[in-house]
Amino acid sequence: MENLQVRIWRGQENGGFQEFEVPRQESQTVLDVVTYVQRKCDPTLSYRFACRVGVCGSCAMTVNGVSRWTCRTHVDKVAEDNKVEIAPLRNLPVIKDLVTDMSEFFDKWAKARGRFAGATTRKDGFAPVSPESKERKRVDAGIECIGCGVCYSACDVVTWNKDYLGPAALNRAWTLVNDVRDTERAERLAAVAGDAGCHACHTHLNCTERCPKGLSPTAGIAGLKRAVLAATLAGEI
Amino acid sequence: MSRRSEVLLWGAQRISAMVLALCVVVHLITMIYAVRSGLSGAEILGRTQGNVGWFAFYALFVAAVSVHAPIGLRTILAETLNWRGKSANVFSAIVGLSLAMWGLRAVTAVFGGGQA
Repeated sequence: MENLQVRIWRGQENGGFQEFEVPRQESQTVLDVVTYVQRKCDPTLSYRFACRVGVCGSCAMTVNGVSRWTCRTHVDKVAEDNKVEIAPLRNLPVIKDLVTDMSEFFDKWAKARGRFAGATTRKDGFAPVSPESKERKRVDAGIECIGCGVCYSACDVVTWNKDYLGPAALNRAWTLVNDVRDTERAERLAAVAGDAGCHACHTHLNCTERCPKGLSPTAGIAGLKRAVLAATLAGEI
Repeated sequence: MSRRSEVLLWGAQRISAMVLALCVVVHLITMIYAVRSGLSGAEILGRTQGNVGWFAFYALFVAAVSVHAPIGLRTILAETLNWRGKSANVFSAIVGLSLAMWGLRAVTAVFGGGQA
């Protein structure tokens, strides 16, 4: 098999691409390629990964211009003319090479009140939540987020509005808004309202298109828009 | 602008969009009918002048445009030019009021018989 021509981003925001040749292998993933470059070509290459099996969400990068999880992205699927260009995620500060500073991404989860607030203690019994209830089904639709940042990187609204909370944080808020045990619904709806919140979403669907877990943050954000408007008209927030 | 105001603006834009969707369809059907039937300007004016129903319809059309456009323009200004805050709000409001003024002037002219 012909060697793969790989261009990898080096440095920070004002860095540039460096070219490498990597032997092709069957079922080779983009993460395999990056790992080969670091181990065989240049040990100073920085990148982030952990589980290698699509669970931890730490290996997301921009591959040929598209935000992807690299551990589950096969080279066969993304190589164009036997070439692959690998860059850090968009919309986040680059620390070095392929490693971004994800602080603002997770800070925005906190701003969206992405933390469960309950009224019971460990001494209380389990809250009965029917799997068939519409709230539980809405939670199920969004709960499998692994926090990889692909949606945040793919979102144009984040690019245009740096205060925008982003798809992942809003998706998290939506799952909590539908958690019947949660006690901070009104505060959470207030936190995700307005220009930096759900109402900034233009429904481009980039997040839904790119989410490696097949979630639809767009649907959750649409739900938040309706819930916030209803709460506003009812004078709850 | 408060979050509550932002939410209400969003709601106003969505509702005005629904009204616009209906108005545009009715307007297009009307235009196609007028053109295909070969109606002259005088014949069209003869049907519109004094017709309260058409006046109300186009007044609603203008109102929806005047609400919808400035809210969208405000977002475009923020996202493409990074123009935010009071000055952008005032500018957008002026655009909305201008659209309302010119639109209603045209509606009045067509349905009241004055000069557009």
